[in-house]
Amino acid sequence: MDPILQLSSLKKHYATQKAVDDISFSIERGSIFGLLGPNGAGKTTLLRMITGIFFPDSGSITLDGKKFEPLEDGIKIGYMPEERGLYKKMKIGEQALYLAQLKGMEKAEAMEKIKYWFRKLEMETWWNKKVEDLSKGMSQKLQFVTTVLHEPKLIILDEPFSGLDPLNANLIKDEIFGLAQKGSTVIFSTHRMEQVEEICDHIVLVNLGKKILDGTVKDIKQQFKAHRFALELNHQDALPQHPSFELVDQNASALTVQINPGFQSNDVLQAFMGSGHQIVSFKEILPSLNEIFIRLVEGTAATSRAFQSQN
Amino acid sequence: MNKISLIIAREYKSRVQNKRFLLTTLLTPLLFVGFIAGATFFAIQGKEAHRIAVVDANGFFKQNLKSNKNLQFEFPEGVDTSNYQSKGYTDILLIPAFAGTEKINYVVRSKKRIGLVTEDQISDRINAAIEDKMLLDAGIQRSQLDSIREKSRFAELKAMEERGEEKAQESSAALSYGVGFGSGMLIYLTMFIYGAMVMRGVMEEKTNRIAEVMVSSVKPFQLMMGKIIGIGAVGLTQFLLWIVLIFGLITAAQFLIPANIMQEVSTLQQYQGQIPSGSMAQAGDAAQKIYKVQSSFATANWPVIIGCFLFYFVGGYLFYGSLFGAVGSVVNEDPQDAQSLMIPITMPIIFSFIIMSNAVNDPNTSIAVWASIIPFSSPMVMMARIAYGVPGTVPYWQLAASMLSLVGGFLLTTWMSGKIYRTGILLYGKKVGWKEMFKWAFRTS
Repeated sequence: MDPILQLSSLKKHYATQKAVDDISFSIERGSIFGLLGPNGAGKTTLLRMITGIFFPDSGSITLDGKKFEPLEDGIKIGYMPEERGLYKKMKIGEQALYLAQLKGMEKAEAMEKIKYWFRKLEMETWWNKKVEDLSKGMSQKLQFVTTVLHEPKLIILDEPFSGLDPLNANLIKDEIFGLAQKGSTVIFSTHRMEQVEEICDHIVLVNLGKKILDGTVKDIKQQFKAHRFALELNHQDALPQHPSFELVDQNASALTVQINPGFQSNDVLQAFMGSGHQIVSFKEILPSLNEIFIRLVEGTAATSRAFQSQN
Repeated sequence: MNKISLIIAREYKSRVQNKRFLLTTLLTPLLFVGFIAGATFFAIQGKEAHRIAVVDANGFFKQNLKSNKNLQFEFPEGVDTSNYQSKGYTDILLIPAFAGTEKINYVVRSKKRIGLVTEDQISDRINAAIEDKMLLDAGIQRSQLDSIREKSRFAELKAMEERGEEKAQESSAALSYGVGFGSGMLIYLTMFIYGAMVMRGVMEEKTNRIAEVMVSSVKPFQLMMGKIIGIGAVGLTQFLLWIVLIFGLITAAQFLIPANIMQEVSTLQQYQGQIPSGSMAQAGDAAQKIYKVQSSFATANWPVIIGCFLFYFVGGYLFYGSLFGAVGSVVNEDPQDAQSLMIPITMPIIFSFIIMSNAVNDPNTSIAVWASIIPFSSPMVMMARIAYGVPGTVPYWQLAASMLSLVGGFLLTTWMSGKIYRTGILLYGKKVGWKEMFKWAFRTS
């Protein structure tokens, strides 16, 4: 199956900086894709090019097998920007209807969909309320509904959980999974790594306008693993010395060992078994995305760039 | 439905289905009338009464100098500059003995400075008194003088305007002035009111961050045009309601006038204002006045005036509205930025207003003619001139040139503003000046 979205050599330069500098990747249909990066890495610019708000300086975007045409392809995309925006004085029902019609939906169809979503997210009683009367979490939910209402093939969510309580965040998370199961593709932009680990199949990490990491969450963790294992023994007396490992950390319940190059985990286990210890548990410690993220981004100019204006 | 018409409908409905809209629509004309009535009232009532002690060395002013409500001339004994205030006079007028017709100065002294109008009145009255005295000296009796004065007011000026085919139409300068100034003023006000409305709407979209959601489904240009057209339609609705309101009030007022007076008015209309002396019909003062107002209204070419008014309102609004929109798009949360960025837009509007208030007195000066063709000022200035007649005062070619350049002008400003808007609406946290806006407007992409 061809990918839903393919970016090749996308570039967007502003007067003072290269916001997006030669980025290529592709996104599989029905996947949940994480676009990660520190503040000011170029994520928003990249998303704005994918949504047709900005034109790339060079490079091409292929959506659904065809060249991306911002005007016709609007209906295929649902975009929830990081900075949420709604008309404050408008009634909620009217607002959802208006945004759906602007996406190209017929009125009757839009009404039906709005009612469906409002029922689903327990928003039915809100219809005649104004946005200015809503709490932040409530307007977040409304924003999510208006984003997915027209059943876009590609849903782009920029920090979708910010401002939501855990209950509502789970509600939205379930909806995201549900949409992906129904065949929508979700691009998920955030710097909350624990959410990415939980939700995303595939991630791309950008920094300073360049792609620095691209792969499935599992592969990336394998790629960045430090060959460390957590080892729990029945007792910690007379620990063996063996060339296959170094002891990195020790506490009352467990040891952390680092396997030396040229050895396997079995070599370590044999060493401990040989010394008469009972092994209670043995588990590889994979780095969290958070650690990988910090390792890759720390020390670059990213932090200073985050404070520059996003021209 | 088409996207731009959806946007127009939203912008229109969200403003018209609003209590505030109904309220301002109804209250503005009342406020206007109230303002004019108030100004007139204070102009009449606000004059200070002057009690003037006259010290006359010639002896004839006592008979000839006439007092009125505001100016009270008195000729007390023993009053001089040192004691007139303590004797209850506001001013003292010192007239030295005249030596033939040699140039001479007389002096008014007062505690407070005398206003310009009062000063003119005093000198007019003194001149009239001297004139009367000289006429009496020349052998004319007082009674003769008064009756001649009264009888001499029989002639009345009627200005006619060439309308081709050897037909000259009666024209009324006062009406032209009123219509010209009124419509120019209305256009001036609406440009500010609706222009600012466009700007605030754009700023709202930007600060609410809805703009980003919107431009992911519609083109920025559609968003801008939808707003401008929607708000323009609100303006037209408001005018329509005002016209209906005014006609309603006039009709209602006619019912309040007693039937016999209306009967006399229609008799006057029948005879075109001149009732033959032998006729049984009579017309009272009230009927004469109503007939005069009616017939002077009939001299104006209303279809042309109303048609042009709508054209220039729409054209001027589009011309400036898009510029206001462009300014709104580059402003961040700080309203003071908007103030300083608006100056280059408001200056030409205010300047046009000044030209307009001169053109309405003198519609054929070359500055008035040029300003009525250049689109920056044409909506206001041309309306001031059109009131004086097409094609008499404003030849057809000038009207055509003015309309064409206005259409071209607003196409250009919307095109430029569209480009500024496209960049500005998504730009946060950066202060933008006119230099940068020009760069955006004229870059190619």
